[in-house]
Amino acid sequence: MLSPIQVLCSDITTLSLEPEPFASYTEADIISTVEFNHTGELLATGDKGGRVVIFQREPESKTEPFSQGEYNVYSTFQSHEPEFDYLKSLEIEEKINKIRWLPQQNAAHFLLSTNDKTIKLWKVSERDKRPEGYNLKDEEGRIKDISTVTSLQVPVLKPMDLMVEVSPRRVFANAHTYHVNSISVNSDYETYMSADDLRINLWHLDITDRSFNIVDIKPVNMEDLTEVITAAEFHPHHCNLFVYSSSKGTLRLCDMREAALCDKHSKLFEEPEDPSARSFFSEIISSVSDVKFSHSGRYLLTRDYLTAKVWDLNMESKPLETYQVHDYLRSKLCSLYENDCIFDKFECAWNGSDSVIMTGAYNNFFRMFDRNTKRDVTLEASRESSKPRAVLKPRRVCAAGGKRRKDDISVDSLDFTKKILHTAWHPTENIIAIAATNNLYIFQDKLNSEMH
Amino acid sequence: MIGGMDAQSLISISLMKIHNSRTQRGGIKLHKNLLVSYVLRNARQVYIKEKYAEIYRMQQYEEVMTVCNEIQELNPLDLDAEEADEEERSRGEESSVCGAALQRGAAQPAALCRTGSAVSGCCPLEDVGKDPEPSYYRSCCMEAPPAAPCDPFTGSGGAHCNKTTVLDLDTHVVTTVENGFLHQDCCCAPTGQSAAKKRKVEFGCCVSDLDDVPDFTRKRAKREDCSFSDYTDTSNISNLISIFGSGFSGLLSRQADLEQICSKQALASLGAWTRAIVAF
Repeated sequence: MLSPIQVLCSDITTLSLEPEPFASYTEADIISTVEFNHTGELLATGDKGGRVVIFQREPESKTEPFSQGEYNVYSTFQSHEPEFDYLKSLEIEEKINKIRWLPQQNAAHFLLSTNDKTIKLWKVSERDKRPEGYNLKDEEGRIKDISTVTSLQVPVLKPMDLMVEVSPRRVFANAHTYHVNSISVNSDYETYMSADDLRINLWHLDITDRSFNIVDIKPVNMEDLTEVITAAEFHPHHCNLFVYSSSKGTLRLCDMREAALCDKHSKLFEEPEDPSARSFFSEIISSVSDVKFSHSGRYLLTRDYLTAKVWDLNMESKPLETYQVHDYLRSKLCSLYENDCIFDKFECAWNGSDSVIMTGAYNNFFRMFDRNTKRDVTLEASRESSKPRAVLKPRRVCAAGGKRRKDDISVDSLDFTKKILHTAWHPTENIIAIAATNNLYIFQDKLNSEMH
Repeated sequence: MIGGMDAQSLISISLMKIHNSRTQRGGIKLHKNLLVSYVLRNARQVYIKEKYAEIYRMQQYEEVMTVCNEIQELNPLDLDAEEADEEERSRGEESSVCGAALQRGAAQPAALCRTGSAVSGCCPLEDVGKDPEPSYYRSCCMEAPPAAPCDPFTGSGGAHCNKTTVLDLDTHVVTTVENGFLHQDCCCAPTGQSAAKKRKVEFGCCVSDLDDVPDFTRKRAKREDCSFSDYTDTSNISNLISIFGSGFSGLLSRQADLEQICSKQALASLGAWTRAIVAF
């Protein structure tokens, strides 16, 4: 089985895509979502300014058979614009909350992108030929004077420079009162769901004026509200199953065959709270910020503020494994509450073989945990340590005042403005994409490029 | 109390977050406000428990005062420190009533204190700031004065109401005071010092106290002043609460355990605190 520590430390290629080392960035440049497509050939990022940037992996070079392809910008487009809800006097942010790719069915690629209220289906297609030789139009497109036409010709397709065209194919709007936090494409490739704080809607990809509400946890009296939906995902193989997580730290597996409205769960995954660990902030740190099915569909990976947990679908009483991501923050919850960091929503990711899980932390650190060997590693995504072809060095956070080795960083020196909330793992290879504020880092393992 | 922040600061910060969220771009975030309201509720519970501990101590004080007065009427005060031990033994029986009352008084505020600590996930106390006025923590000495000065928690054996050992937590000076009256340590202070004072309340509420008679009126007046200034703060916060209007009544179900300890009257007086807020 793959050992991430050995592999990544031995040889890591970094492909940082921000040209200016000291360029100041605007808030609009902050990356808000990262997603590989199903083959890993394309990588999409969304930012706070409503833009989507798609990267494409260059094919392997024939002259250097052992060098893997690098990712270059493929297309950039404005997905969402800021809007204003006049009825509620509310501004709707253009920030892209999630991007999900559809499985490829023809030459074009399709992706769903969503902001707080509206989901859009985009078609990304290539054009490398164009027709020439029109009879009624000249080369610039101007209408010809008919009297000058003496003979007819059949227009032919001539090669041209590759152009990537992006066009909105569907706009799924006006279905969410609350903020959309998740979208998930179903394995039937026909439907998808969108989840906001209190409701989950099921859509057909071809129908924009109707959606079905499948989960509604809004209480009759809003004063009785105790939890919200934080993330939702379809099962990778069973098109009738989906899971959603709540702010109370619970997961609910629902079966759409049971009823039209899936308020009643099929399975409830919940770990009892440890009463000795109770604090002012117990509710906040137990809120699940992300949930992901394993590729096998057998396990669930969840992330809350301090831990990542792997759950077995067959065991509801407690997680199979719990990984402490940054437990040294437990004594700092008060100041993290004051500066709002305690509300940060970290995402998590599986590797292709479900043997390693990855999640982000502060100070541009991200962590990987090998489920089999129980080893873990902390790595940093930063310019200084990420020159192209450089090897990533494992980092260590030591408790304040504790024994400090060289290159260790103390808890008190952590930069909480540098947070890695969004990470993605290539579906089959050891390539990871890390979003650090406005920078995207792509790391790959050169030695073991294929998953074992 | 956790990380140097007490319940009242957390309440203020939480309310400020809720207030700021109303003007945030993108509208009010339901999830974040819900989480903030949980912190608000937790902080409120700790705050209420601290208040009730204070009220309870006052009740105990009055109770013990009555008992001690009765005892003193029976036995004249002996102010000779050297005969302390003998008198302890001879007064063992008479003072045991007082001691028992004191112990009862000590035990329950201690329980409240510990519950409060459990809820708030207490870290060891730290000194954030020094108050200009000295804070005295009187301990009813169950043993002879030379007992460890750093341990104000005394809870075993009979107590004698006519002799106190005083531990000043700021200077760690132990002095012996001859008196016969129970005193409530002043747990309130002008706002600037409220943080430091509140921590010491939690520390000291496990201890029952005695005081000088002449100090009594002065300290009582000080306490009333403090309560008033506290209430000014709480009334400002209450106003902020009423501005928002709505609340999560589901979060109120946790009050049941408090009602077991305290009277409903006291609860009703803090009615303004029983609503968590979400503006919507």
